[in-house]
Amino acid sequence: MRNLIFFIYRYHVFFIFFVLEIAAFVIIFRFNNYQKASFLNYTNGVAGNFYNGVSNTQEYFNLRRVNDSLQLENARLRSQQITSYYRNNISISNINDTVYKQQYDYIAAQLVNNSVTKRNNYITLNRGRVHGIEKEMGVISENGIVGIVMNVSDHYSTVLSLLNSNCKISAKLQKSGAFGSLVWDGGDPRYARLLDVNKHVPIKVGDLVITSNFSTIFPEGLPIGKISEHSLDAGDNFHTINIDLFTDFSTVSTVYVIRNLFKQEQQALEQTLPIDKK
Amino acid sequence: MILELLTYLLKFIGIILLQILVVDNIELSSYINPYIYISFILLLPVTIKPWQALLLAFVCGAVVDALSSTPGLHIAASVLLVYVRIHYLRFATTKEDTESRIRPSMSKKGIVWFVFYCFSMTLVHHTFLFFLEIYGFQEFFSTLLRIIFSTLVTVLMIVVGQLLFYNTKISNG
Repeated sequence: MRNLIFFIYRYHVFFIFFVLEIAAFVIIFRFNNYQKASFLNYTNGVAGNFYNGVSNTQEYFNLRRVNDSLQLENARLRSQQITSYYRNNISISNINDTVYKQQYDYIAAQLVNNSVTKRNNYITLNRGRVHGIEKEMGVISENGIVGIVMNVSDHYSTVLSLLNSNCKISAKLQKSGAFGSLVWDGGDPRYARLLDVNKHVPIKVGDLVITSNFSTIFPEGLPIGKISEHSLDAGDNFHTINIDLFTDFSTVSTVYVIRNLFKQEQQALEQTLPIDKK
Repeated sequence: MILELLTYLLKFIGIILLQILVVDNIELSSYINPYIYISFILLLPVTIKPWQALLLAFVCGAVVDALSSTPGLHIAASVLLVYVRIHYLRFATTKEDTESRIRPSMSKKGIVWFVFYCFSMTLVHHTFLFFLEIYGFQEFFSTLLRIIFSTLVTVLMIVVGQLLFYNTKISNG
């Protein structure tokens, strides 16, 4: 027993080092299963408040650009308003619309923290649980998709940016409907890659890439980007496609979080499926 | 003693703020992600107890992790950094250094010693951090480039910081 204590005392530096590294790796591994991550939930509130102060100051420098982009968006929305359409039919009656039912609504949010140059980038938003944001909601900007909500505290939420190795989004080509998954392989934040598009699918530069209907996070048909270059190696079954992203991640400042109103219904239905016993 | 602790606390807060507010916002290239907060660990006194240094590194990493949404990465990297530093300093310091309780700074040990110390320590930290970040070796060469460029920029920033802030202060005091 004395020898053991002496041994531990002699190498106590190594033991402390070992214990602290283990603690760090436990945190890392829990995070890797990121739906269950709780570390960020503890720190989210503190870090969120901190970044909110920072971005309040920074916002002043961006006001002109934000105004411009909001003005553009206003103009586009105004042109979609019902009053800006010519009404063609004369008989009007109130019909309870059973054909179209609203499935998605949108929560506006401001970015309080963002990065584009790291390998794994994250975004912090100034909206949280009290505003109706939950985990795994989609986030879009006025141009295209931005990422997926990862963690939520009362007033803030962190978003897994598209510019992150853990982020994989189901996408498809608008023209042919061919599916693929969208990933970012580091480097330039303006470009991403579309994987798993079969070689028999005809593609060309400029084709539009949109979100697919496989995802419960994003509605179908949101713009992502357009093909900037593609190649097909001999003997390869899949195209190599580079995509020019519509969202400019280095300047994005206002985003919309997508709430799927049918999500609970879908989840409740899926929970009735028998679970495989292993 | 209290005064010393207080100055370390202020330095700690200052360097974290510098890292988060200024350095993290430098968007030169995706190959340049300098992490200057490690200079807090590098400049701890030679005589600090190893267990104290390890705990400080843990706290330092945890704060950076919390502020950059990367749980665990910086903790693991800075704890490793301190462990390597303990062994490095055992060989790279003389008895007089330990007796006069110096900090491993440029003004005490000279520029060549300091740059080499900084470079090797930063290389250890960044190599571990960046490979842990991509979690594997699938992007080996682009990560290698990131490590080399980021290390060079980090060392440059720390050395410039030494020239700007510490040189005069230490020679006066």
